Amino acid sequence: MATATRSAAETGGGRWAAFVRWIDARLPVTEFWKSQLTEYYAPKNFNIWYYFGSLALLVLVLQIVTGIFLTMSYKPSEAEAFGSIEYIMREVEWGWLIRYIHSTGASAFFIVVYLHMARALLYGSYKNPRELLWIVGMLIYVSLMAEAFFGYVLPWGNMSFWGAQVIVSLFGAIPGIGPDLVEWIRGDYSISDVTLNRFFALHVAALPLVLILLVVVHLTALHEVGSNNPDGIEIKKHKDSRGKPLDGIPFHPYYTYKDLVGVGVFLVLFAIVIFFAPTLGGLFIEHPNFEPANPLNTPEHIAPVWYFTPYYAILRAVPDKLTGAVLMGAAVLLFFFLPWLDRSKVKSIRYRGWLFKVFLGAFIVAFVGLGYLGLQPAQGSYVTAARILAVMYFAFFVLMPWYTSIDKTKPVPDRVTYHG
Amino acid sequence: MGSRALVLTALLLAGTAFAKEGGGDAWSSWRAGNDIANKTSLQRGARNFVNYCLGCHSLQYLRYNRVADDLGITQDQLQANLMFTGGRPFDVMKSAMPPSDAETWFGRAPPDLSLIARAKGPDYLYQFLKTFYLDPQRPTGVNNLALDNAAMPQVFADLQGTQKAVFVLEKKAEGNGEQMVRVFDHFEQVTPGRISAEEFDEFVRDTVNFLDYASEPIRAKRESMGLWVVLFLLVFTGFAWALKKEIWKDVH
Repeated sequence: MATATRSAAETGGGRWAAFVRWIDARLPVTEFWKSQLTEYYAPKNFNIWYYFGSLALLVLVLQIVTGIFLTMSYKPSEAEAFGSIEYIMREVEWGWLIRYIHSTGASAFFIVVYLHMARALLYGSYKNPRELLWIVGMLIYVSLMAEAFFGYVLPWGNMSFWGAQVIVSLFGAIPGIGPDLVEWIRGDYSISDVTLNRFFALHVAALPLVLILLVVVHLTALHEVGSNNPDGIEIKKHKDSRGKPLDGIPFHPYYTYKDLVGVGVFLVLFAIVIFFAPTLGGLFIEHPNFEPANPLNTPEHIAPVWYFTPYYAILRAVPDKLTGAVLMGAAVLLFFFLPWLDRSKVKSIRYRGWLFKVFLGAFIVAFVGLGYLGLQPAQGSYVTAARILAVMYFAFFVLMPWYTSIDKTKPVPDRVTYHG
Repeated sequence: MGSRALVLTALLLAGTAFAKEGGGDAWSSWRAGNDIANKTSLQRGARNFVNYCLGCHSLQYLRYNRVADDLGITQDQLQANLMFTGGRPFDVMKSAMPPSDAETWFGRAPPDLSLIARAKGPDYLYQFLKTFYLDPQRPTGVNNLALDNAAMPQVFADLQGTQKAVFVLEKKAEGNGEQMVRVFDHFEQVTPGRISAEEFDEFVRDTVNFLDYASEPIRAKRESMGLWVVLFLLVFTGFAWALKKEIWKDVH
């Protein structure tokens, strides 16, 4: 369709071509299509790790569309919120499906984003010249965490209420302004109707706008510098006579159709959860959240949803609340500095030495392990384990300038490795 | 579905056998073994619910006619067998007991049970409904193993009969030393019930099954629809893969 449009527009005949010329003289549609898709060259050696960017975009769209429909029946008030969710689940036509897509989509978003970030760690995608691309990506991640937190409060179940209570109270650990700040965030002396209302506003208006804007900036930065690849080499270094990278292929049709396969596989897994295990055994929707918010009844142990538990485990591993909160914040913030912490001459893990592999492996074990421990009660050997894993987590960042500068690297090939 | 039900039944049988032999905390591994696909069980459960539970507990998110539609009950059968409070078929299943009175009588208003099976799980409900025992210190005269100091009286006493819980003292390591802890050992029947123990288990299972259904009435439809959705998506993925292969032919 697009290729036909372009050639027709260039050769000049026909009404359709005239229409396209009319548009292009006023809005650069064809130019945009070319520069972003048909003449945007991506390395031809992408592997399975490269599906998660387009999947994150798909989940974002799913969340926005299902979110709009949920908003039509949801009531953001202390008295009605919980009941309105059950109204959606039982009385609204297909409401249950829309709600499950949205609740499962929240977890799916974090799964694809974590894998997308893991890809960047494996292949050094944050390194020069992609520092800003990485930082914008991290801003998306932080916004997504805020978006997910506010969204989790909206069903007004008992875990929504107590989760909000715990997370908002963390700001109280800040010396001096802490208690006032907490009151300002809540708009009340406890999590209440007014808190629910403002979290609703932030969840459906403010943060979606921020997210969409950041995604546009992320893609703009990506298309400026071009994609990294599993070999961590710049395809722009080797161009043919017409300026086309020798190891690059146009994003459309090659990667649009390849990503469609990824979309298919993703949707199969997504549908299995939605139709057969929408709570995923209490992991995606926690059991206590089927009871309405009750300030007089604290759940047995309060745990955030799985995607926050690595940080929650770090928080609880530290006896002092303020230090715990600072370390939890640092655990997220340190990601921003990766481009400058990493001193290695090579990007991809394929050409790095064993030191980096050991530290990255330990980091992934620590992240997953802390995620598991954050779901368990904070007692005995669990706390000890969380402390050990937290040290491994921070060692990855703090020691990075050292181990990446002395690590033995392998020679990087000139051209990408591709086995068609 | 079938195989899962079978496994659950096996677990349940194992649990009961263990309870008879060993006692102790075996009750906490009892499995409800209910199956929301079993419509006759759900119909019996609905009957049990309106006769024994609805006096105090509402299902404020479930309508009578939804139950009738989902369980294959006609409007006449519905009016004759399940609607005793004079409501209309599209009304939600609200208890006639005023919550303020309930609070005076029981110390707390009986909770709405629409979502109890999703909040606590069917196994917990099964254990709770079966482990009431005589305790003269409680205002209701009974206590419960699954929910200590439960406010709820033993509603099924005429069916189950009454039972005494026998506790033994056991040494348990606590902190630095050892402490004597009261541990449940076994039940002793005090007065017989109207029905046999096996019939009572079935009665509780049906009731729990109905509550499980009530917590998510769409579940049966969701699961049967899911199969087709996943099949469609698999076919879609197959086509997408073939298309990708064709388009990538010239990449070397």
